[in-house]
Amino acid sequence: MKQLLSFTRKEFYHILRDKPTIMILLLMPVIQIILFGFALTTEVKDTCVAVLIPEHDEVTNRLVERINASAYFDVVSIIHSNKEIQQTFRDGNAKLVVSFEADFASRLKHEGIAHIQLIADATDPNAANSFTFYMQNIIAAYQQELAGQQKNPYQITPEVKMLYNPQMIGAFNFVPGVLGMILILICAMMTSIAIVREKEMGTMEILLVSPMKPIYTILSKITPYFVLSCINFTTIILLSVFVLNVPITGSFASLIVVSMLYIFVSLALGLLISTIAQSQVVAMIISGMALMIPVMLLSGMIFPIENMPLPLQIFSNIIPARWYISAVKLVMIQGLGFSAILKEMAVLSFMALVLVAISMKKFKVRLE
Amino acid sequence: MSEQRTTDNRILKLQSTMLKYLLRKEFRQIKRNAFLPRLILVFPFMVLLVFPWAASYEIKNLNISIVDNDKSSYSHELTQKIVSSGYFRLTNVADSYNSAIKSIEKQEADIILQIPANFEKNLVNAQGGKVMISANAVNGMKGGIAMTYLSGIVADYNMAILKKLIPVSASQSTISTIQIDQQYRFNPNLNYRVFMVPALMVMILSLICGFLPAVSIVFEKELGTMEQMNVSPVPKVTFILAKLIPFWIMGFIVINIGFFVAWAVYGLVPAGHFYTIYFFAIIYIFTVSGLGLIISNFANSLQQAMFIIFFFMLVFIMLSGLYTPIDSMPNWAKWVSAFNPLKYFMEVMRAVYLKGSDIMQLWKQLAALLGFMLAFNVVAVLSYRKSS
Repeated sequence: MKQLLSFTRKEFYHILRDKPTIMILLLMPVIQIILFGFALTTEVKDTCVAVLIPEHDEVTNRLVERINASAYFDVVSIIHSNKEIQQTFRDGNAKLVVSFEADFASRLKHEGIAHIQLIADATDPNAANSFTFYMQNIIAAYQQELAGQQKNPYQITPEVKMLYNPQMIGAFNFVPGVLGMILILICAMMTSIAIVREKEMGTMEILLVSPMKPIYTILSKITPYFVLSCINFTTIILLSVFVLNVPITGSFASLIVVSMLYIFVSLALGLLISTIAQSQVVAMIISGMALMIPVMLLSGMIFPIENMPLPLQIFSNIIPARWYISAVKLVMIQGLGFSAILKEMAVLSFMALVLVAISMKKFKVRLE
Repeated sequence: MSEQRTTDNRILKLQSTMLKYLLRKEFRQIKRNAFLPRLILVFPFMVLLVFPWAASYEIKNLNISIVDNDKSSYSHELTQKIVSSGYFRLTNVADSYNSAIKSIEKQEADIILQIPANFEKNLVNAQGGKVMISANAVNGMKGGIAMTYLSGIVADYNMAILKKLIPVSASQSTISTIQIDQQYRFNPNLNYRVFMVPALMVMILSLICGFLPAVSIVFEKELGTMEQMNVSPVPKVTFILAKLIPFWIMGFIVINIGFFVAWAVYGLVPAGHFYTIYFFAIIYIFTVSGLGLIISNFANSLQQAMFIIFFFMLVFIMLSGLYTPIDSMPNWAKWVSAFNPLKYFMEVMRAVYLKGSDIMQLWKQLAALLGFMLAFNVVAVLSYRKSS
């Protein structure tokens, strides 16, 4: 026990001596959570729209005004011929062209029908889908107004309630994701060089001839980073609650327990990389760069897992962030307690055990 | 005069030989490393083969829980209509709202439809009916889409009832209608992979050409070989060029692998010209590598260099419009993203691949990238100090 303590102290010295790195480690998550928390959202707003109007009339003017007034759209240009549409899209000036037919108002009045064509720049299919939908709604609402308040006696009115996030704020979805991503990447990067650095510096030999058991070495390596990560976690949570206004509606204790477990798993993952990698560069590249992509894409942070092809859904099970993000959403946003995240806890605990066991096994007691 | 010229020539020749030798050294170092060459070849392949399949917002397989308190032929018909629409899977038939909420908490359902008692009676008596839709909006977009689909089905059903209950002549009223057609340009099938593959190529290129230069100088510092560089008569610019050129070649290998996989696996060929992409890639690779070198110059240890480049890369990637549209960001974030070189190259790639834009149409991006390239590389040369 005394051995473990003094080794832990040694590791603390190592880290605390390097002031700039500590500053980087503590500041980085702060900037990232604020940037991403505010900026990441898939809500459609201020989409640039061009309108194609052969001849202005009362109806088109009013409709254009209506479109411009909505929070979803900004009318940025008025074009006059079909030829200009492609050019507008290529220049990236507008994402949607609303094309009115000629003699719009008179056709509507006399023939009872007038055409509008919505031409969307569908390079981003998801956005294209959403903003054409909103545009249709605006036009339909306007038409309803034209038609007057004709009541339909057989109307089925859907009453809609958006659970947990009635204003559909993007941060509610992205903050748990960003939290999971930042924690695992920073934790893994920190510990990934812990062992390989000693190998490169030559101090590994001293460690190996000492009577320390490998498990103690591993634990003493993890402890200081664990403390550091807990500080990071605290700042991130404080910022999410007080700056990003994402509430913790569920049990705070469960959030802390699952987060500590997750931090441990992430640190252990870094340590495993450290025992396998031959050099610091390789360890850092694996933990920082190679790990970034599966964590971003397969954790459910951005893209919903249930829409992925089955093999990827299965593969996503081994990404710790997937389970953590799911647990954080359940506790923070949906307001549930510990019993709701038992499955996530179980999976993360199992991962922790497996990672430590493999690290122990790969931890070579001899130098090559 | 002629003497002057010959010395100039001699210096130039000397410098180009120096560059040649330095480059040979860099390539040997890369080749000797067992990991890096493999990374450059395998990483783009893996990422492009696997991840475009994951990157999609396309919402399908929505799970619905239906609370039918009416149990009438109308409510039954509506349920049938929802199930046969193909958008929803009926995973839970609950007898109360509370038990339906439980199924949302257990993540078995995404949306609840409640049909109140007397739904049919009220409807047939021309009093209008009401249904309640409650969507799980933790993921606001997914909740929104589920809600939209479900309201759409209810509206369709409403139309069907209307036709049944109101005689034809009456329903064809004098209301003037605005008919809306839609057309999706550039990606008519709304295929998300077409959108993501070019962008993922940019991401891979940025990671490789950002991370590797960031470690290259600090690595020499840690090994101690930097000292030898510093006492040699190699000019700063030559040294930085020798560091940059290998990454430039790596970048080219990566982007060609990208072109190949995009074509072979996803059938994607740029609508514009390859040379537009190559032209921008030359500038872009110099830009990110320049940033990597600046970081490498300033960092004291490998760990620091890696953390800083990691920080920048993550910010660049997340604020580039790769995953979430820049248009949706708050204004200040749009300003931040104006200083993001990755954003510009991402726009170029998507525009060339999907819209067939050419250099003339992309002059804004070109100007921005050229500016970044100059700024980064000038700083990289200036911040490299031979004396410590």
